[in-house]
Amino acid sequence: MLSSPLPADAAPPCSGRLVTVRGLSFRRGERVIFRDVDLDIPRGKVTAIMGPSGTGKTTLLRLLGGQLRPDAGLIEVDGLRVPELGRRELYQLRQRMGMLFQSGALFTDLSVFDNVAFPLREHTRLSEKLIRTLVLMKLEAVGLRGARALMPAELSGGMARRVALARAIALDPMMVLYDEPFAGQDPISMGVLTQLIRTLNDALCLTSVIVSHDVKETAAIADYLYLLSDGQIVEHGTPGELGRSASPWVDQFMHARPDGPMSFHYPAPPYETELLLREPA
Amino acid sequence: MTGPLERLGRWVLDRLTALGRANLFLLRLVGALAFLVRRPGLLVRQLYAVGVLSLPIILVSGLFVGMVLGLQGYANLVDFGATSSLGTVVALSLIRELGPVLTALLYAGRAGSALTAEIGLMKATEQLASMQMMAVDPFARVLAPRFLAGFIAVPLLTAIFTAVGILGGYWVAVVQLGVDGGAFWAQMQARVLLWEDIGNGVAVKSVVFALLANWIALFEGYEAHPTSEGVSLATTQTVVATSLAVLGGDFLLTALMFGAW
Amino acid sequence: MRQKHLELLVGVFVALGLAAFLLLALKVSDLAHIGEDKGYRVTARFENIGGLKIRAPVTLGGVRIGRVAGINLDPQTFEALVTLAIEPQYDRLPSDSSASILTAGLLGEQYVGLEPGGMDDFLKNGSSLKLTQSALVLEKLIGRMFTNAAQGEAPAKAP
Repeated sequence: MLSSPLPADAAPPCSGRLVTVRGLSFRRGERVIFRDVDLDIPRGKVTAIMGPSGTGKTTLLRLLGGQLRPDAGLIEVDGLRVPELGRRELYQLRQRMGMLFQSGALFTDLSVFDNVAFPLREHTRLSEKLIRTLVLMKLEAVGLRGARALMPAELSGGMARRVALARAIALDPMMVLYDEPFAGQDPISMGVLTQLIRTLNDALCLTSVIVSHDVKETAAIADYLYLLSDGQIVEHGTPGELGRSASPWVDQFMHARPDGPMSFHYPAPPYETELLLREPA
Repeated sequence: MTGPLERLGRWVLDRLTALGRANLFLLRLVGALAFLVRRPGLLVRQLYAVGVLSLPIILVSGLFVGMVLGLQGYANLVDFGATSSLGTVVALSLIRELGPVLTALLYAGRAGSALTAEIGLMKATEQLASMQMMAVDPFARVLAPRFLAGFIAVPLLTAIFTAVGILGGYWVAVVQLGVDGGAFWAQMQARVLLWEDIGNGVAVKSVVFALLANWIALFEGYEAHPTSEGVSLATTQTVVATSLAVLGGDFLLTALMFGAW
Repeated sequence: MRQKHLELLVGVFVALGLAAFLLLALKVSDLAHIGEDKGYRVTARFENIGGLKIRAPVTLGGVRIGRVAGINLDPQTFEALVTLAIEPQYDRLPSDSSASILTAGLLGEQYVGLEPGGMDDFLKNGSSLKLTQSALVLEKLIGRMFTNAAQGEAPAKAP
């Protein structure tokens, strides 16, 4: 068992523990995605979950949001056991969570403005005037107030992600889940996004969970890191601690070395035997 | 290595589980319809997409089919001196079979495939998942309005197709070929029964086809693999499956309604 | 603004669909003649009605005056009992009028044609037509033609 990295005392909204995961196991068909995973996510902090592609990081976010059910284990968000919630309670919980999908997942038939207004119109009975004010505030926060009339197809990848971020925080959630926010971004929008995630987190007293494999950017803004490999947490700590870790695996991942404990090669029979093998007649 | 029997068995089992999923899908869809009472605007938007936008193809096709029926019917009946029955022939063919069936097939090609592609792409681009994460049920917000709109649109389109077809037949027969206009309508009215022909043909058949076409289109989109090949396959699948279901269903319905057994 | 435009088009579409249904019901189907059942009914007995169907027209001098309202079999005489519904404005038909089953064209619809008689009293609800002529059945006609031909041929061959 892992010791909890934080004291469990519940206290003011901006400290304490928001998410508790214990003994989480999840498999998809034959493939084991998670094996007995424990992790804690503190309130008001930026927590990153990192690992190589294909380790089920996105699956973890979906488990937190209740879109998937674990095979075993406890997932608790703000004191609610997510897998045991009924539909109504789950939807109530999700209104307090924002999620930024890897692709942005903007509604392609709605303008930027209507995309950000979508959760407000679905879940509140605010007047159009008030909705307009709120949407413009959220768009201002991501620097795209001027782009409100554009359609999603007219946005660059980085802009689409910022609009999606404005939409994710439209209902002032307590927690935002980021699925690979930096993947496929140019250096400038990457910088803009890291900046945004950090400022929004601190200004709105959000809890941010970032799932990513971009070590440098993630380590730059995260308060706490979990390293995931092969369905298990291999290491956790602050970015500074992990940077100095003695573990060869952590060293390989954090410093992006091409070979190490994580082999460069996909498992295969020995090279020589396969090359010398005669073609089957 | 799997033998042909195993492959057949797997195929049958796959079909059966898909059928089970399709039924659950329909149940959830019907359950989500209540949501539309609060948001009628969503229904109007979809009625525009599947109904209004399908009108041109339905009007043009109906007119041509009716005109062809008029020409062919005339060519055959004129030998027997029975051209006064032309109205009956045109009207009964359209009302009992061609109206409902052709409308459903055209609808599958024009609107059904579009529904599948739209839902499939919304799934592939994570729009449905993000909606769920925003605590909005895609069944209520996205699928139910499309389903109900299609369910309303197909019978209306069928009636329009049939009416336009009869007018097309009238134009060819009476205006162009000189069949007596009074006989055209009178014979038709004497033979076409309101409940037995129009009720069974245009109304009941079109409602059944509306259910099939929209159910298949939305289910295929919802089940599509979230890739571009997956969506294109699902679109093709919608047109093929709807056509087969409509033609097979039409045979069953015709046997039940007008058949001798 | 755009939503208004949309609603208008959808309204036009739905109205068009309903109008099409109405057209089918009123102009194409028998609904146009359902009111005719209000007229009076007379019965006629036929040996054979051929392919006569319910709702077939009843005409007099080529003018449609009513339609066939019912077809039954008299279990005693094995005759077809046809009920004709005649529109109320044609209430001055002589009571000795005759009815025959005719065909429009060679293979067309069969209908009932009335020939007016000369009596002074008129048909009324419940009257029955005494003089009837059955449908021409093509098979019988052809059969008779063959027999006539055979009889006609026999003496010709004799010499």
